[in-house]
Amino acid sequence: MKRFLEPLVQLAAPAVLVIAVGIGSTLVSSANEIYFLNALVSVAIVVAIYVFIGNSGVLSFGQISFVAVGAFTAGVMTIPLESKTGVLPQLFPILRDHTVGNVVSLLLGAAAGGVFALIVGLPLMRLSGLAAGIATFAVLEVTHNILREWTKIGPGATTLSLVPETTDALQATIGVLAVMTAAFVYQRSRFGRRLRASREDTAAARGVGVGVHRERLWAFTVSGALAGFAGALLVHLLGSITTEQVYLELTFLTLAMLVIGGLTSLWGAVVGALAVSALDSFLIEA
Amino acid sequence: MTTVVAALDAQTLADSVGLGAVYALMAVGIGLVFGVLRLVNFAYGQLIMAGAYTLAFTAHWRVVWSIVACVIVVVALSLAMERAVFRPLRGASPAVMLVTTFAIAFMLQAVALLVDIRDNTIGEVATSIAPLNQAITVGGVEVRKITIVAVLVAVVALGLLALLLLRTTIGLHMRAAAADFPTARMLGVQANRVIAFAVLLSGLLAATVAVLLTVQFPFVSPDFALRETIVVLVGVVVGGIDRLWTATLGGFLIGFATGVINGALPTEQTVFLPSAVFGLVIVVLLLRPAGLFAWGRPAVERV
Repeated sequence: MKRFLEPLVQLAAPAVLVIAVGIGSTLVSSANEIYFLNALVSVAIVVAIYVFIGNSGVLSFGQISFVAVGAFTAGVMTIPLESKTGVLPQLFPILRDHTVGNVVSLLLGAAAGGVFALIVGLPLMRLSGLAAGIATFAVLEVTHNILREWTKIGPGATTLSLVPETTDALQATIGVLAVMTAAFVYQRSRFGRRLRASREDTAAARGVGVGVHRERLWAFTVSGALAGFAGALLVHLLGSITTEQVYLELTFLTLAMLVIGGLTSLWGAVVGALAVSALDSFLIEA
Repeated sequence: MTTVVAALDAQTLADSVGLGAVYALMAVGIGLVFGVLRLVNFAYGQLIMAGAYTLAFTAHWRVVWSIVACVIVVVALSLAMERAVFRPLRGASPAVMLVTTFAIAFMLQAVALLVDIRDNTIGEVATSIAPLNQAITVGGVEVRKITIVAVLVAVVALGLLALLLLRTTIGLHMRAAAADFPTARMLGVQANRVIAFAVLLSGLLAATVAVLLTVQFPFVSPDFALRETIVVLVGVVVGGIDRLWTATLGGFLIGFATGVINGALPTEQTVFLPSAVFGLVIVVLLLRPAGLFAWGRPAVERV
């Protein structure tokens, strides 16, 4: 009995918390609703980061690049066709002449984040320690720089606006629950367990046949996809976004949330994100 | 035509060396603290920012006193940071220490913003030493006086530091602490004294950098030196953070490389300078994860 109950509680307890926040957002005034929804999207981002950092024990400052890629992919692909040629005339034709629906754009954001993470992770996952932290930070810098300056793939240094605001209480809650479930399933899968073993003792894990590079790459890709998905939720919440909003400050804030909650558990990621968001909103209102 | 190209190159080189010298000073300040505390001090840039604000607020004083005030403020802040935050956190996990230094950095930035808002302008102007920013022509190359000053100051400061580390007892203690802190303590090195001294030196260097930077960028705002600190931190790790001289060289090199790449890129492509620099950083880290200059030691484990 305990075998089934314990893991269920590990997912159910934070899930209940998230649902409570989701329900809470519908009960407050529309001016305060944004704080609740923001907190939910923060949970999605932090859980996505947790999937890599928490399970591997390797510090990464780069996960927000995948949030950025997901956000801009979802944003650019959902601006209504009739206004897109006007506001973003320099886009590649394939981006300019197509627009997708809400659900497809969320999946597209996840796909973009995952593919980008896979490509980046392939060489980078050989690193650990400070070198890994700095190399992933370099990825954030390069991503930000290209998103900001290359107007063929996005709005460049201007604000991306006119994105449909589809992230409401229901979508945010379901989205976060989906991210948490994915993180939970991953960490209990054989891949997650192998990676966690390598986090505790890399040499011993390798000794029993864990391919550390491959396992880290898996986690990095899953984390990238979830981060891209969270980015898509974010852009559909805000309706407009600039590259500066998915850059340094968000990186440090989400890392602080993860460290404050506890690096190595899903609970920690969820609670840290909610607690810091609550404090943040409270101080803004105060 | 060829002379123009040659002159341009000399110009680029002069600017790059100037940038590298300032970055090297910052790298030493960060490396000194890392050596004894194993702590990557992200808030180092805010020490420089505090110094720059001091210079701005005392701009109407005589230059000497303005600089003295800057040194006092920065060193005091540096020591306070160690006493209030780094000391209780000694031995905490690297992630916790790093996030804490982020928090200090953002807090100090917020304080600066509050100070700034009082007079309804964001940013202050520190003009007292601005004449040093003028250019003089040396052999067809326009060199700003501050570039020469920066290089001289960097060389002198690094020379003095090397003497201190190699020739004095406290220097010996610091090197011992950086090599193996527990063993050094067993052999009678006083932890608090060594750490306080390292933090003091690192504060002095931050004050020096504050002076050098405000001459070049007299407009002081809450995010003053933030960008530079991030780049230097990257440079320090690329050079090899475990040893002071490799860290310093890394700091110099990333400043130098930034200048040279900036000169080499076609004008319309210079917006992609960060991509070029950080792309290079990734390549170097992949090839030499323990640091570019970390010869003859076992590499950091790679998986």
